[in-house]
Amino acid sequence: MEGETVTRLLKRMRYVFPLVVVKIDGTVIPRDRFKETRIPDNVEVEVMHLTSGG
Amino acid sequence: MTRGKIMDDPIIARRLKKASVGIAGAGGLGSNVAMALARAGIGHLVIVDFDIVEEKNLNRQQYFLDQVGQYKVEALKHNIARAVRGCMVEAIKLKLEKGKMTGPFEGVDVVVEALDSAEAKAGLIEEVLMNLPGKPIVAASGVAGYGHSERVFFRRSGDLYLVQDEEAKSSDEDVLLAPKVGLFAYYQANTVLELLLGVEK
Repeated sequence: MEGETVTRLLKRMRYVFPLVVVKIDGTVIPRDRFKETRIPDNVEVEVMHLTSGG
Repeated sequence: MTRGKIMDDPIIARRLKKASVGIAGAGGLGSNVAMALARAGIGHLVIVDFDIVEEKNLNRQQYFLDQVGQYKVEALKHNIARAVRGCMVEAIKLKLEKGKMTGPFEGVDVVVEALDSAEAKAGLIEEVLMNLPGKPIVAASGVAGYGHSERVFFRRSGDLYLVQDEEAKSSDEDVLLAPKVGLFAYYQANTVLELLLGVEK
C-alpha cells in the first residue's frame, strides 16, 4: 500500500494552521507538493507551523 | 577569563567584523535584529525591504517620527550609522517574490527571517532550505501579543533555527508591541551570534 500524502496526514493530525513547513527525514517539502507527496514508511516527519507577525 | 578580557576579546571582535548577515524584512523583527547585530559588531548587513516607515510602526520598530515616509532600509542604514562605527549596510529596496526570495542572500553567512505574514515566512524558509543548502536561517513565529515570555522557545531542525510561541495568536487577531517583538528579535540576533562564533563555553 502506498503511504498517505502530506495533505492527508495534516488533515488526520488536525493541523488547523494554514501555514506549515514540513520536512520528511530532514528534507523540506514545498507546500505546492503536499497533495502529491506520499510519506514512505519509517521516516521522520516534522511539522512546524508559522504565525503571522513581525 | 575575566569579564573584561572577554569583552575586549579581539578574536571575537574580528570574527564578527568579518561576518555578513542577511535580514529579510525591516519591520519589528528586522529593524531590532539589525540594530542588535550592528551594536554587537557585525561588519556587514544585507537588509531587504520594500516598505516605507509609517507612524503606526513606531510602537515596535527602530525608527523615529522624523523618518515617517522614508524607505525603511534607508532609515535603518542611517540609524545604524548614527549608532556605531564600522557596520557596512547594504540597503536593498525590494519586495521578496515567491520563487526568487534567496537571491540577495547568496553571499551571507546567516539569513534572518524577519517577515510579517506567515505565507512569506514559510516561503522564505522553504526557499533558503532548498536553494541555499548549508546556510542557516533563523526564523520567528508567534510574536503578537504581550506577556507569556516563558512560552517563547527555540527549536532547531537542520539549518532552520526557529524562535516561536506556539500559542500566540496571529497578528491579524492580536497586537504587535515593542516588548514581545523585541524579545523575539533579540533571541534571533543572539542565535546568529552563536551560529557565527560557536556555542559559548
